[in-house]
Amino acid sequence: MADVRQASSTLTWRDTIARWALRWDIGRERAVVEPGLYRVGEPTPASPVFVTANYRMTFDLVRRDLLGIDSWLLVLDTNGVNVWCAAGKGTFSTKELIVRAAKSNLSGHVNHRTLIVPQLGATGVSAHEARQLGDYRVIFGPIRSRDIRAFVAAGMKTTPEMRVVTFTFAERIVLTPVELVGTLRGWKLLIPVGLIAAGWLLGHGSLAAACQPLVAYIVGVLAGGVLTPALLPWLPGRGFSLKGALAGVVAGAAASLALGSEPLGVAAGTLLAASVASFVGLNFTGATPFTSPSGVEKELRLALPAQAAAAVIAGVLWIVQYFLG
Amino acid sequence: MRGFRYLSGVASLKLNAEKCTGCRVCLSVCPHAVFTETDDRRVRVADLDACMECGACAKNCAFGAISLKPGVGCAEAIINGWLRGTEPSCGDGSGGCCGTAPMAEGEPAAPA
Ligand code: SF4
Ligand code: SF4
Repeated sequence: MADVRQASSTLTWRDTIARWALRWDIGRERAVVEPGLYRVGEPTPASPVFVTANYRMTFDLVRRDLLGIDSWLLVLDTNGVNVWCAAGKGTFSTKELIVRAAKSNLSGHVNHRTLIVPQLGATGVSAHEARQLGDYRVIFGPIRSRDIRAFVAAGMKTTPEMRVVTFTFAERIVLTPVELVGTLRGWKLLIPVGLIAAGWLLGHGSLAAACQPLVAYIVGVLAGGVLTPALLPWLPGRGFSLKGALAGVVAGAAASLALGSEPLGVAAGTLLAASVASFVGLNFTGATPFTSPSGVEKELRLALPAQAAAAVIAGVLWIVQYFLG
Repeated sequence: MRGFRYLSGVASLKLNAEKCTGCRVCLSVCPHAVFTETDDRRVRVADLDACMECGACAKNCAFGAISLKPGVGCAEAIINGWLRGTEPSCGDGSGGCCGTAPMAEGEPAAPA
C-alpha cells in the first residue's frame, strides 16, 4: 500500500510556525492540504477511518492527536476551510465524503464501511444519507481532536462532555489576532487615515488633541476585538454589541482622560470608542460557537443604527469643541 | 453551553413530536445539548435558547421531525448578505469570520 501517503503524528517546528502565522491570518492561501487518504502509524484493513477537512491547522492537529492510533485519515476537499465552517458552507458534505472515499479507493484499503466524522461536521454530513447513498456507517466522533484517544478507548463512543462545544478563555484568546487583522483590511484602513486627518484639522495644532480621534478608534478596536472576547462571560448583557459598547465606554473614557482632553473631547472619544468596540464586538459572533443567525440578525438591526448614531455624535462633539476651543 | 447564553426567544428550531421515533441521533449531534430524552423514549427540546441554528440535528434526523432555518451566526456574513441581496455569506472565509477558527478541531487545550 505504498500508494497511500503517510501522515506523521509528530509536528515539526515548521508546522508550529505555520499554525501561529495562521492565527494572525498569515499564509491562508498556503494552508491547504492535499485531499485524499493518509496512513497514520501502521494501519491494517480493519483500522478505523477518521475523516477531516483539508485546512492545514485542522489536519495538523488531528494527525498530532492520532499519535499511537494506527488508523486511516480521509481528508475531504473543503478548500482549506476547517470542519465546522466547511460543513456550514456545504463543502464538508455527504457527497464530498462519498466521492472522496471512492476517489481514494478507500474500499481497496479497508475491509469495513465505518467512517468516523467529527461531530461538528454533522451540519454538512448526514449519517442516514451516507448510508443510503454510499452504504457507509457514519459515527460522529468527538468535537475536539484531543478527545479522540478517549473516544477510541471507550469503544468509539463519545461522552456528553465530548459532544458539547466549549468556549474557554484560551479558546477565545487565540481567535483575537484574526479579529484585529480583520480591522486593518481593505477599505477599513482608510478609517485611521481619515481620523488622523480630522484630528489634525480639529486639533488647533496641538498634538494631543490631534491624536484624540485616532486614539479613540484604536482603543475601540482593542476593546471590541480583545477585551470583549477575553471578558465575554463577565461583561453584562447577552448581546455582543452591548458587551462591546460597555468595554468601549470604559476604555475610551480612560484613554481620553489620559490624553488630557476637554470634557467635550472626552465625551466624543468615549462615544467613538463605544461605537467601534460595539461593532467589532458584534463581529466576534462569527468566531463563537453559540450565536444563532436569528439572534445575530436581530442584534444587528438594533445595534447598527445606534453605533452609527454614536459615531456621528462623536464627530459633532469634536467639531463643536473646535469652535469652542 | 454552560456559562454562555445568547439572545433568548429567537431560535427557529421546531420539533414535530408526531414524527419523532426516538432514534436519539439528534442527541448525539447537537453541540449544545438542546434535546433531552422524554419518559416515552422520544426527545423534546429542553433548551431552545441554547440552539445556535447550526442545522446538524435536522440534517441527521432521518424522519424529518426537526425543522429550522439553519445558518451561521456571524455578523459579517449577515451584513454581506444584506449588501449583496443574497443569503448570508462568509465571503472567502478570511478575516474575522470563521475561516481561520480552529475551535472545531481541538485547539487550544494542548498548545504545542
Ligand atoms: S433524530 Fe429525529 S427521530 Fe431521532 S430522536 Fe431526534 S427528532 Fe426524534
Ligand atoms: S440546530 Fe444545532 S444547536 Fe440547534 S438543536 Fe440542532 S444541532 Fe443543536
